[in-house]
Amino acid sequence: MLLAGVAQGCVYALVALGFVLIYKATETVNFAQGDLMMLGGFFALTASALMGWPYWATILFAVAAMAVVGMLIERLVLRPVLGQPAFTVVMITIGVGYVLRGAVTMVPGWGSDTYTFATPFADATFKLGEVIFAVQQVAVIVMTAALVAVLYVFFRFSKLGVAMQATSQNQLAAAYMGIPVRRVNMMIWGLSAGVAAFAGILLAPVTFVHSNMGFIGLKAFPAAVVGGFGSVPGAIVGGLIIGVVEAFSGRYLPEGFKDVAAYVVVLAVLLVKPSGIFGETARKKV
Amino acid sequence: MRFLFKTDYEQDIRLFKHGGQRFWYGLLALLLLAAPYLAGEYLMSQLQFICIYSIVGLGLMLLVGFTGQISLGHAAFLAIGAYAEALLQARGVPFLVSLPAAALLSAAFGWVVGLPALRLKGIYLAIATLAFNVIIEEVITRWEGLTNGNSGLHLKPIELAGLKLDGDASFYYLCLGLTGLAVLALLNLLRSPTGRAFVAIRDSEISASCMGVNLATYKTMSFALSAALTGVAGALYAHKVTFISPEQFTLLQSIELVTIVILGGVGFVHGAILGAAFLIVLPQLISLAKDYLPADVGGTGLQAVVFGLVLVAFIIFEPLGLYGRWLKIRIWLELFPFYRRGMFRRQKSYMKSERLR
Repeated sequence: MLLAGVAQGCVYALVALGFVLIYKATETVNFAQGDLMMLGGFFALTASALMGWPYWATILFAVAAMAVVGMLIERLVLRPVLGQPAFTVVMITIGVGYVLRGAVTMVPGWGSDTYTFATPFADATFKLGEVIFAVQQVAVIVMTAALVAVLYVFFRFSKLGVAMQATSQNQLAAAYMGIPVRRVNMMIWGLSAGVAAFAGILLAPVTFVHSNMGFIGLKAFPAAVVGGFGSVPGAIVGGLIIGVVEAFSGRYLPEGFKDVAAYVVVLAVLLVKPSGIFGETARKKV
Repeated sequence: MRFLFKTDYEQDIRLFKHGGQRFWYGLLALLLLAAPYLAGEYLMSQLQFICIYSIVGLGLMLLVGFTGQISLGHAAFLAIGAYAEALLQARGVPFLVSLPAAALLSAAFGWVVGLPALRLKGIYLAIATLAFNVIIEEVITRWEGLTNGNSGLHLKPIELAGLKLDGDASFYYLCLGLTGLAVLALLNLLRSPTGRAFVAIRDSEISASCMGVNLATYKTMSFALSAALTGVAGALYAHKVTFISPEQFTLLQSIELVTIVILGGVGFVHGAILGAAFLIVLPQLISLAKDYLPADVGGTGLQAVVFGLVLVAFIIFEPLGLYGRWLKIRIWLELFPFYRRGMFRRQKSYMKSERLR
């Protein structure tokens, strides 16, 4: 039970991570994150079901394809509106989400049907002492942990990762230091879309692949907010909190609470600590 | 080209700035009044929808366009208005009482949602309102004793002063009248100190509070007024569709409502109405175009794609919306050979950080 919650939470965490990466770098909230995830799921589906590639190749393919899509979106849609009010930019990502959701139903072979996504660890379980674990859930947790570790190493040690950190801390200073801020922003969109694709693949066995699976992104939102929108560890913790709360409220509370639990939590957090658990509180100087 | 010479402070706050405006708006009013005699049944139905959405648009314009607050939860206010009207009517409350009651209930909820707006800014506020929308939708679905859950509620035609408003024309006049009232109310509000305070908050919260605008009062007031207008529209909407159920008031509906404001032009009263008209006409155009497209493309996804593309294109190419486009055309005509291309160009803007550190 707890495990199921944590596994679900991991997916939320990954989507939330996508939100946070983009927000930290460009102060844009990407409402299309869930739809990017959906698109990633479809790419993975294409690779595994139609072309018959192995699981790991599927993941690589989907992540790479989505990275390209993410960069294209940044270049074509987001860059022209750079500097406009936050709300405008939010609306434009909502527009992008609409386009993606609709476009998927038009692609021959995808359409508006629901697909199952085959994984190597479908229904297997294993026993550890008294407790039965579903391999599926453990795999989700392990893969999330692995991805987070990879991201940590990337941000900590690679040149691009450090440049990304610098950009998200202070764009102007980063530009003065010779970092091509625009290109880095594009990369961050690519990275974020890649993470979304990964989340889509992990989620695919649970919810199946269909054109509306992106609405899970709206659940990842609370996750990002609970953790504090500008904080990467916050996104992970927030995702896990939402996942676990949801699992428990589905078990112990009357029917219907499961769907709103995430939002109740987020309202509570916003009322108590408006910038999230890990958010920085700062006041504007006049 | 008309030059206005102002000789009196009163001129600044007049509703009609000059005779030309009086003439054209008068003509528009006459046309709208004559519409039932000119238009067919189908067109009338669309006009009613445009009126209803215009009222929502006006409410949202007040909040988003003039007070600068974000709401992704207006479908919830629409739902509250609709359900209040449906339930009150079922209990035999006359329309003249139930409509204000729906507006008041909606306003009360708006006031509650406005409270967190004091502490939340930008995206956090958007998420709080989003959460509000989801919770209201779920409450309506689950509270079956009151709202009949997913099986929804049916409404009877309105009875106003012994008259049954079941004809197309009579209901249209009701919608039109309320829209007109809403427009007048909003215009009057905007030229009053309250409206000025709203605009001041939009332009800079800090400056506004330094000038003695009580942020708490005015922000919650803006939310409440906006919600009240939306509640009225909700009541009309319920009567228009005669059957309401929770899935009509989802988050997607909220987003569509916000696009009214964006497409019409943020910060213009005209924008709310133009945006509403556009939002109603667009699906019709799409279904017309469907006949010429291959079956694969013309599926359910087409509407979403076109809608998204229109939204993106407007924000990139015409941030001022439909009304902004009209302004540009008008000025081009007025200035004819002297229009300069850069007249409306935004100043070169850089990334404006909302971060505080």
